[in-house]
Amino acid sequence: MKDAKRHEMPALPASERIKTFDEVALGFTWQLAKEEAERCLNCKNPPCVSGCPVGVRIPDFIAKIKSGDIDGAADIIRLDNNLPAICGRVCPQESQCEALCVRKAKLGGSVAIGALERYAADNSARYDVHAPTARAGIKVAVVGSGPASLSCAADLARAGVKVTVFEALHKAGGVLAYGIPQFRLPKEVVAREIENVKALGVEIILNAVIGKSLFIDELLEDFDAVFIGSGAGLPSFLGVEGENLNGVYSANEYLTRINLMGAYKDGAATPISRAKRVVVVGAGNVAMDSARCAVRLGAETHLVYRRSRAEMPARAEEIERAEEEGVKFDLLVNPVRILGDENGNVRGVRLIRMRLGEPDSSGRRSPHPVEGSEFEIACESVIVALGTTPNPLIKASMPSLETGRKGTLIVDEDGRTSVKKVYAGGDATTGAATVIMAMGAGKRAAKAILEDFRGKI
Amino acid sequence: MQNYTLLSKRRLARNVCEYKIYAPLVAKHCKAGQFVILRVDDDGERVPFTICDYDRSEGSVRLLVQEVGYSTIKLGTLKEGDAIKDIVGPLGNATDLSAYKNICLVGGGIGSAVIYPQAKKLFEEGAPADIIVGARNKDLLIYKEDFASFANEAHFVTDDGSFGEKGFVTDALARLMAEGKGYDCVFAVGPLKMMQAVCELTRKAGVHTVVSMNSIMVDGTGMCGCCRLSLGGKTVYACVDGPEFDGHMVDFDEAISRSLVYREQEEAHLCRLRREV
Repeated sequence: MKDAKRHEMPALPASERIKTFDEVALGFTWQLAKEEAERCLNCKNPPCVSGCPVGVRIPDFIAKIKSGDIDGAADIIRLDNNLPAICGRVCPQESQCEALCVRKAKLGGSVAIGALERYAADNSARYDVHAPTARAGIKVAVVGSGPASLSCAADLARAGVKVTVFEALHKAGGVLAYGIPQFRLPKEVVAREIENVKALGVEIILNAVIGKSLFIDELLEDFDAVFIGSGAGLPSFLGVEGENLNGVYSANEYLTRINLMGAYKDGAATPISRAKRVVVVGAGNVAMDSARCAVRLGAETHLVYRRSRAEMPARAEEIERAEEEGVKFDLLVNPVRILGDENGNVRGVRLIRMRLGEPDSSGRRSPHPVEGSEFEIACESVIVALGTTPNPLIKASMPSLETGRKGTLIVDEDGRTSVKKVYAGGDATTGAATVIMAMGAGKRAAKAILEDFRGKI
Repeated sequence: MQNYTLLSKRRLARNVCEYKIYAPLVAKHCKAGQFVILRVDDDGERVPFTICDYDRSEGSVRLLVQEVGYSTIKLGTLKEGDAIKDIVGPLGNATDLSAYKNICLVGGGIGSAVIYPQAKKLFEEGAPADIIVGARNKDLLIYKEDFASFANEAHFVTDDGSFGEKGFVTDALARLMAEGKGYDCVFAVGPLKMMQAVCELTRKAGVHTVVSMNSIMVDGTGMCGCCRLSLGGKTVYACVDGPEFDGHMVDFDEAISRSLVYREQEEAHLCRLRREV
């Protein structure tokens, strides 16, 4: 066992997956799960747990898998993680729990914790045994239904709080619904986890834009506290000439059309560009998702990034998968202009080559343009994936909420905002980050709410 | 779960219907100039419509919809008592013409639905505006009686002369301006080319002009940027920065080009729908 190598999850081969939006990673079989679980050394002071933003009791749930008790394993995960089938798929385990696994360097590689979490969540027969106790005390309104909100809502509901979630779109899930594509996070999995949260007694009201349909002040009349988990939905653009040409999308728009509106399906009511050649700008997970969607829609896809491969912010796995699927990386280049034809449609991108200088404030080496190095790539569509900032709608409707430089809501470490009884967490407070970080923030805010209202519960 | 019931449906013209929809979360705070996004059915796309009128006590909003595309034609097949899948709002900003004293409202085609609440509001405030309403022909002119009663002076214009003056709304506006009406604001809503023509006319005369941009949208909350347009060289979003803008600053040529981006796909879709309906 000592030198047993880490088991990798089976995946659809690249040649097949570029033809479908079906999930790429296929999950462990029982045999693989059992063998991988056996690799866990059940450390006395498990370093992996300290790497988990929500503190999942990793060796404990893996021990349950070893013994064949999958329901038991899922129950243990759910004590700390409300959305395990989602986290098992999209968490960057390689930089969190698995980065700290003692097997990482010399003992055949880290235990595949994420794959085992997914296995337990997907294969447990029952959803949740931690049903809420009697309803008592307080009511909390939750703004948004992404990972921070769902996690906060679930923890509160378990403690007996009456929770109502308000979602602006027609479908719950936030970025899990509109942002992450089907082939990485099937919408059926998201729906199942949301049903699970609803089973705790959480009510979800769709089509309610807080700051427009209802205001925070108003919610505070009907609820004891409000948690804002409205995410970072505002896309950034390049600010170069030609950005309003037909065929230029923010990654948010492109992915929303595909994931939320199903534009990739034959006969979908929502249209999307079926460009033959696509250029994606950026190198984060959202850029990889966009590029991989473009490939599946039949486009020859280039991804352009102003720094080098080492600085790419996307998960290594996403970068590899994108490459396997035929996305061409053009690194150390930056768009200077998007070119259009006489009808206002994109016909290409003009780029300039970059070289790396000294590290900047982010610790990454800052790129500088190389004079006289401009060149063009022909394409009919450009997808800009340069990150997002929080939506100003809520702040605009409640100016007393303090915000930071990029519009992020300012909170203390437990998620309390500058307004009494108003809490916040997730991308709305940090800017675009990960699902699991948002979930951690949602949990901390739930804990703070329960503490602040202890006398009333 | 809310049920967005179609409380009433009235056909105002061959391809224009007025819908009253139960949508209490929209009706609660909506103001003239704001819009909703609706989805007709489970597979529906998200389409924006300006709120034409509302009834807070009933929790309803009134929309005027011209059947021009896939979703609007599907909407037209619903009957009273049917439910619309989703409706969200109010989105965008309310119209604010409070700084102006002598206003002319100009509505072209279905754009008349957008000037309607403003016409009503100004009338109720005791400062009725001059109103110009235009359409291709008599059958497409909507709310004639309402506009006549809300207006200080109502002028109707049809392309073919089948009702009111023969010509375009710009002809009537040019004439009124030449007569020395001294408008300090023109609020013009209609097809992009009409708004562009109005703006060209008023720019020369130096009359402030507000237009309402009916861009293609997805979420309607600033999340996707699909509805962006150039305003004085700066990019703005119709959904959160508008939908109303200083017409003299809008790049109409770009807006027209952007409005046509999905024309081919929409036409293919319509063919299929016509076979189904």
